[in-house]
Amino acid sequence: MRARFLASEVGIGLRRNLTLTIAVVVTVAISLALLGVGLLANSQVTVMKDYWYNKIEVSVFLCGSLSESPSCSAGAVTPEQRDAIQADLKALPVVATVYYESQAQAFTRFRDRFKGSAIAANVTQDQLPESFRVKLRDPKQFAVVQSAFAGRPGVDSVQDQRAVLEKFFSLIGVLRDGALAIGLISVLTAALLISNTLRIAAFNRRRETGVMRLVGASSFSIQLPFILEGVIASIIGWAIATGLLAALKTLVDHRVAPLLTFTKFFGWPAVWQASGFLFITGFLVSSIASLLTLRKYLRV
Amino acid sequence: MIRLENVSKMYPRQARAALENVTIEVAKGEFVFLVGQSGSGKSTFLRLVLKEERPTAGTIYVAGKELNSLSQWKVPELRRQIGTVFQDFRLLPNKTVTENVAFAMHVLGASVKEIRRAVPEVLELVGLTGYGERRPNQLSGGEQQRVAIARAFVNQPIILIADEPTGNLDPTTSVGIMKLLDRINRTGTTVIMATHDSGIVDQMRKRVIELDAGSVVRDQVRGVYGYSG
Repeated sequence: MRARFLASEVGIGLRRNLTLTIAVVVTVAISLALLGVGLLANSQVTVMKDYWYNKIEVSVFLCGSLSESPSCSAGAVTPEQRDAIQADLKALPVVATVYYESQAQAFTRFRDRFKGSAIAANVTQDQLPESFRVKLRDPKQFAVVQSAFAGRPGVDSVQDQRAVLEKFFSLIGVLRDGALAIGLISVLTAALLISNTLRIAAFNRRRETGVMRLVGASSFSIQLPFILEGVIASIIGWAIATGLLAALKTLVDHRVAPLLTFTKFFGWPAVWQASGFLFITGFLVSSIASLLTLRKYLRV
Repeated sequence: MIRLENVSKMYPRQARAALENVTIEVAKGEFVFLVGQSGSGKSTFLRLVLKEERPTAGTIYVAGKELNSLSQWKVPELRRQIGTVFQDFRLLPNKTVTENVAFAMHVLGASVKEIRRAVPEVLELVGLTGYGERRPNQLSGGEQQRVAIARAFVNQPIILIADEPTGNLDPTTSVGIMKLLDRINRTGTTVIMATHDSGIVDQMRKRVIELDAGSVVRDQVRGVYGYSG
């Protein structure tokens, strides 16, 4: 079958089934867009992890005069204990850098952060603990520091900033999983819709396919126009889905990013990567749905 | 050209065989009438030759190929050697006469150049020159059947199968169609025509194979429709 004749047959088929074609396009667009949102949420988690994990620290708070934990029963940390803790921290292989923050520095930072608030006025320097701010080579190795220093005399507590972030990440993770699950279900719906559309198209064109069989057209050339119709509708749906994702990215850049300045957002490469994945998904789903349907309804 | 050896065909859930132990040979270039009442097995015979059905027993040779061992993907190749015409014409209503005939060439991958050359030729052969731009609903029954014959013949099959081609036509028109089939037969094409039309069979004096309840009850050179001695 020559390309021009094939194109005209496919065009006739798409136009004759216009309402169903539109339904396929819309369903594919929405389901792929949902899948894409899931993928973008996933890249967002990755971006945030990269961004934050480089910045987060483990804080080893030292005993002050007001500390109440059992390891501080001997009172405030002594200079010998402080030096020993610092030396031991630096000796740990997982530790990248150690930075000491005195009570005075902590007080300055605190006043800075809560400037203009009533709290700043009521806090005195000796209420704030001195601490070691530790950067890890691998932020996930927090447990090593925790087990080595928690409960040691002179150490009040060991805190990991990652714990706070993990909650945030798991929230995004839930959104991602939700979008992916709904996306997958609607992709399945789209596959069923494509299958039904082709069944109707095959029925509508039973005269044509009957003639094709009789004159000895191969089953491939009988099925090809139908498969192409499904694939073309899916590609249009995919293009719309990509447009929706690009719109989402623009929205995030212009509306969300200015409000949430504490983090970075996924970049355009993530959008194109998601779009590429959606293209493959859409193409595979529509051609497999078409082949399975046609094998059943267009026997030679 | 076509040979059936001890062919039987049972359809599922039917007590009686559609064809029972049929042995027929049709030589290249022959014109054969297949007669018999409805349900005598004429259509089954034609469907077996097109490999739309498989025989329950026996072997069938068509154009040098043994059909039982012919793989499914080679069936289209077989059908390209057989043109088929039906009682109900089976034209595509939204295509013109030219497009209907060209469709049979397009789907086999013919080039536009070949199609432009072959379609007017075959329309001339069937006597429809000047009718190319009409649609089937603008044609009489006889003209529609001519288009169907043109479509069946345009790919130059070596066998033409006609299943009741005059079943929907009045006697005068039928004569025209028979003259056309005879002309196609004279080009060397083997023609097998299933029919009820006794007038035509009697007039043509061709070979007649009569089926009754799935068996060949008569195979007569230069025969007539009924028994007349």
